[in-house]
Amino acid sequence: MQRIEEEGRGSAREERLRDLLVRGLAGDAPAYHAFLKELSAHLRAFLRKRLVRLPDEVEDLVQESVLAVHNQRHTYDTDQPLTAWVHAIAKYKLVDLLRRRASRDLLTDPLDDELDVLSFADTEAADARRDLRKLLEQLPDRQRLPIVHMKLEGLSVAETAQLTGMSESAVKVGVHRGLKALAAMIRGSA
Amino acid sequence: MRTDDLVTMLATAAGAVQPNQAARRYATAVGWGALGAALLMATLLGVRHDLAAAVLLPMFWVKLAFVASLAAASLFAALRLSRPGLRLAWVPGALTAPVLAIWLLAAVVLTRADAAQRAGLFFGDTWNSCPFLIAMLSAPVFVAVVWAIKGLAPTRLRLAGAAGGLLAGTVGALVYCLHCPELEAPFIGFWYLLGMLIPTAVGALLGPRLLRW
Repeated sequence: MQRIEEEGRGSAREERLRDLLVRGLAGDAPAYHAFLKELSAHLRAFLRKRLVRLPDEVEDLVQESVLAVHNQRHTYDTDQPLTAWVHAIAKYKLVDLLRRRASRDLLTDPLDDELDVLSFADTEAADARRDLRKLLEQLPDRQRLPIVHMKLEGLSVAETAQLTGMSESAVKVGVHRGLKALAAMIRGSA
Repeated sequence: MRTDDLVTMLATAAGAVQPNQAARRYATAVGWGALGAALLMATLLGVRHDLAAAVLLPMFWVKLAFVASLAAASLFAALRLSRPGLRLAWVPGALTAPVLAIWLLAAVVLTRADAAQRAGLFFGDTWNSCPFLIAMLSAPVFVAVVWAIKGLAPTRLRLAGAAGGLLAGTVGALVYCLHCPELEAPFIGFWYLLGMLIPTAVGALLGPRLLRW
């Protein structure tokens, strides 16, 4: 009985989230913001359960997954269950992280046990260890400036184009490629 | 940067997203890839000189239908495997049905033929070049399809690579049909299939490296 109720709640939440995403894909910015915000909470719970032994990695991976969801939002098929899409992305990023760590841990094995003990701190797990802003600063100007002006300062495409001397389409391409490059830098750096 | 700040940053000026991007990318990739394969075929191999007569033979169309139905099924497989969380559902069945059909036809042809003719029905005149020529013609399609998959977000990289490779192989084989003189089911059921499986194997092998994101 209780399980049925939970499933009912789950599918109602799925419906609402899916609706927010579909509106977001059509250009509704507040709906998209609400979608990403709620999604990041779900991702945190999902990943925390699967990274019990690596709590310090959780928030980094939440951010990496949110960025991936954003960068790949054009691959969502609106007929498809949202859960399946999100979980496939999160699982892909999780496996990627574990694979990266496995190859790195081979080099730093002696310290690993101690690190495991020290890393059990819940408050620290709430903060991301990797600062995306620092990674952003490493992007080339043609990608960094559009992201800083449009996505952080909230200027329009036209204003950004005027400020940077870039064309409007170059500004849009810069944002798009910059966020993809950011995801690639995360993969390379972690 | 806190996660909430990242969320705000990503949502700011996110804009609308064009729908059906997977279908568009594949239309572009298969279109350009097929054009590349056709140019390769026309310049290196040449269209079979008796094509006008061949199109009157039922087996020409059986061969074309075999390859085309495999192409359609592998297109669906690739479309699904290049996006996160989509199930293959009926696609494996659609991939095996044309193969079983041509094998059944080949078995009928072989059992009804005289023992002395069977080797000729199986090997034809071009068995030693057919698979490699199909693989060669599939190369431009392969490159284009990898581009299409890379712009989406495959999560099962080996399978996605294999599906993309099979799509390239089937499109290459479709183009090869315009050159190839062979029309016997035993030949098509083995050597054509082998030719299409070469790029499939290459895709499965390179998928994890080529398609990572």
